[in-house]
Amino acid sequence: MDIITSSIVMLGSIALASGVVLYFVSKKFYVKEDAKISEVEKLLPGVNCGACGKAGCHDFAKACSKTDAEGFKQLYCTVGGNKVMQKVAEALGYRQEEKEETVAVLRCQGTCQNAPSKFEYTGLKSCRLVAQISTSQSECPYGCVRLGDCVSVCKFGALKIDKELGIPVVDENKCVSCGACVEICPKKLFEIRPKGKDGKRVYVACRNQQKGAIARKNCSAACIGCMKCTKINPEIKVENNLSYIPTSVDAETYGQELADNCPTGAIVYTGRKEKKHGA
Amino acid sequence: MELKTFPMGGIHLDKHKITSDKPIKEAGLPEIVYIPIKQHIGAPSKIKVQKGDKVKVGTLLADADGIVSADVHSSVSGEVIKIDDIVDADAYLSTMVVIKVEGDEFEPTIDQSHEIKKEITLSAEEIVKKIRESGIVGMGGAGYPTPIKATIPEGKRVNTLIVNGIECEAFLTADDRLMVERAEEIVIGAKILNKALGIQNAIIAIDENKPRAIEIMKKITRKYVGVNVRVCESKYPQGAEKQLIKAITGREVPSGKLPIDVHCIVQNVGTVHAIYEAVQKNKPLFERIITVTGDNAAENPQNFRARIGTPASFLIKQVNTHPENIGKVIFGGGMMGVSAVNMDAPVTKLTSGILLLNDEDATKPPETACIRCARCADSCPMGLRPFAIATAIRNHDNKELKQLHIMDCIECGTCSFICPARIPLLDYCKLGKMEIRKQKK
Repeated sequence: MDIITSSIVMLGSIALASGVVLYFVSKKFYVKEDAKISEVEKLLPGVNCGACGKAGCHDFAKACSKTDAEGFKQLYCTVGGNKVMQKVAEALGYRQEEKEETVAVLRCQGTCQNAPSKFEYTGLKSCRLVAQISTSQSECPYGCVRLGDCVSVCKFGALKIDKELGIPVVDENKCVSCGACVEICPKKLFEIRPKGKDGKRVYVACRNQQKGAIARKNCSAACIGCMKCTKINPEIKVENNLSYIPTSVDAETYGQELADNCPTGAIVYTGRKEKKHGA
Repeated sequence: MELKTFPMGGIHLDKHKITSDKPIKEAGLPEIVYIPIKQHIGAPSKIKVQKGDKVKVGTLLADADGIVSADVHSSVSGEVIKIDDIVDADAYLSTMVVIKVEGDEFEPTIDQSHEIKKEITLSAEEIVKKIRESGIVGMGGAGYPTPIKATIPEGKRVNTLIVNGIECEAFLTADDRLMVERAEEIVIGAKILNKALGIQNAIIAIDENKPRAIEIMKKITRKYVGVNVRVCESKYPQGAEKQLIKAITGREVPSGKLPIDVHCIVQNVGTVHAIYEAVQKNKPLFERIITVTGDNAAENPQNFRARIGTPASFLIKQVNTHPENIGKVIFGGGMMGVSAVNMDAPVTKLTSGILLLNDEDATKPPETACIRCARCADSCPMGLRPFAIATAIRNHDNKELKQLHIMDCIECGTCSFICPARIPLLDYCKLGKMEIRKQKK
């Protein structure tokens, strides 16, 4: 027998023997699982991102099928959103309450223009590392490091570093608010906020807690803690020279006014009507 | 005599010790000094002075806050003009005491004579107290407060004191010059530490590339019982604590343990010299030896004795007359140094050198793909696998990182240096260590 035939026969017989053994083993040790779990799992997006707080989609499906109507309300797949949760609820016979859709927002406008880089960094392109060995790319110690750790961790392609601005930009349609960017950002710049009516939301795009003059020197779009926004809506609080707009502030009512009155343009209103600002 | 070395990994560097025959030069007094109140590992010290206060050389500026902390003293005489958060070399904001220099008046308690005081009159407790009051920290670069290392915790036992005069870093010669010029003081410093630790012997470890220091040290140690010189192979990182212990005593510090667990204490020669000055001369730590060097960017590289808080630019001006030649300034040596952002950043207790590179030397060749040569693994002195660590970090796999023993990494930079693909492996390791530390919290 030549070498080819002998090896085919040999390998073939090993494959056959192990195939038979595996067949019987799988029959003998078959684990019965709740049919609901696989049914629910099929409905889920299947990205295993862990945004729901479970280890993955299978774990989430297991949790859904085991809980009761009350517990089900606590479970929510942010990736699938209301659509998927509706289907899951139908499959399990529960009622799903509509939840407001959310999106990640970047609370920094430290672009290459607003806050120029102060050094040339040639090491590993990692925000977390730079944040440890130095403050940031720009003079602002609270601002975006602009190296895109958030981009590397986003499983949905919703983030990308804008070449001109240098900072990441969130694609509203792709973002499923899984929270991976919130977790990884060393400067804690991302926040999950409600999408708002027609995508209109208002927030302070700055995390700088330095005194006004220093903050302004470091970045032209920094919040300087001038308190103007607190006069428009008393719900807004300024702490440590930094304003924060709670999600309870209605974007449609106050957004335009807040954005127009912010002297540095730190307040971003997504539904803003163009009115060129001095800053 | 055979040369001692560690068995695993390591590389032979071209060390560029261009300043090894330059005597230590007084750097002089700058107009303004910036003294950071945290120059050590641990809690920041509590500030004791106010704006407008007059201080002398050696006046206490900040008091240690807790055990893992250190006192900070004024290095000049003059007036405190500001206490503020100022950008340091790493671009971090750190609290600094800014002093405008007026004259050069010392605290009366400091013995300014040059005479060598050999007799050790203080008891062990008094020595440790003195070290604590003088604000001495590990001057090799780690900045671990020395009083902790000079007291033996309960249940532990120490039988070997190693004085680290290896200085395996590229470019730096500060320790070398100190050993040549202040050999006897270092030996007395080692005897003082011996007394504090309650042991009889000390080993001064010197790299074979310092023939003058070896010769002088050998001559002096003949007069002192229990102090011996050991010559080590010129290999990087021979001066790392764990590698040095392995080379000298043959003992291996287990993962996650300290040298004291193998009955050793390692102190840098600079620290030992500071201990001598503190105990015998009553002089707190307010100056240190610092090498300001560079192959192409420094025309007149020097070893300086500089006051703590001296702005780097003050020293750089003395070695370089063409600032346009400087492309990058590194605080520390060529292997482990960190590039500085602020030229006016002050020299601290831990700055052993300032390295100037021109634009060409500072430019990094582009990174290419890993070719699986495993040179990083072969040369890692801790026996780690940097290429695997890099992959695990790219995959955000913390479980794998722990299995790769990333916390044993000593951040020597050998892997980044040896990598033919120029992958920033050290950066990956630092990032990985950070992730694991974050997870523990």
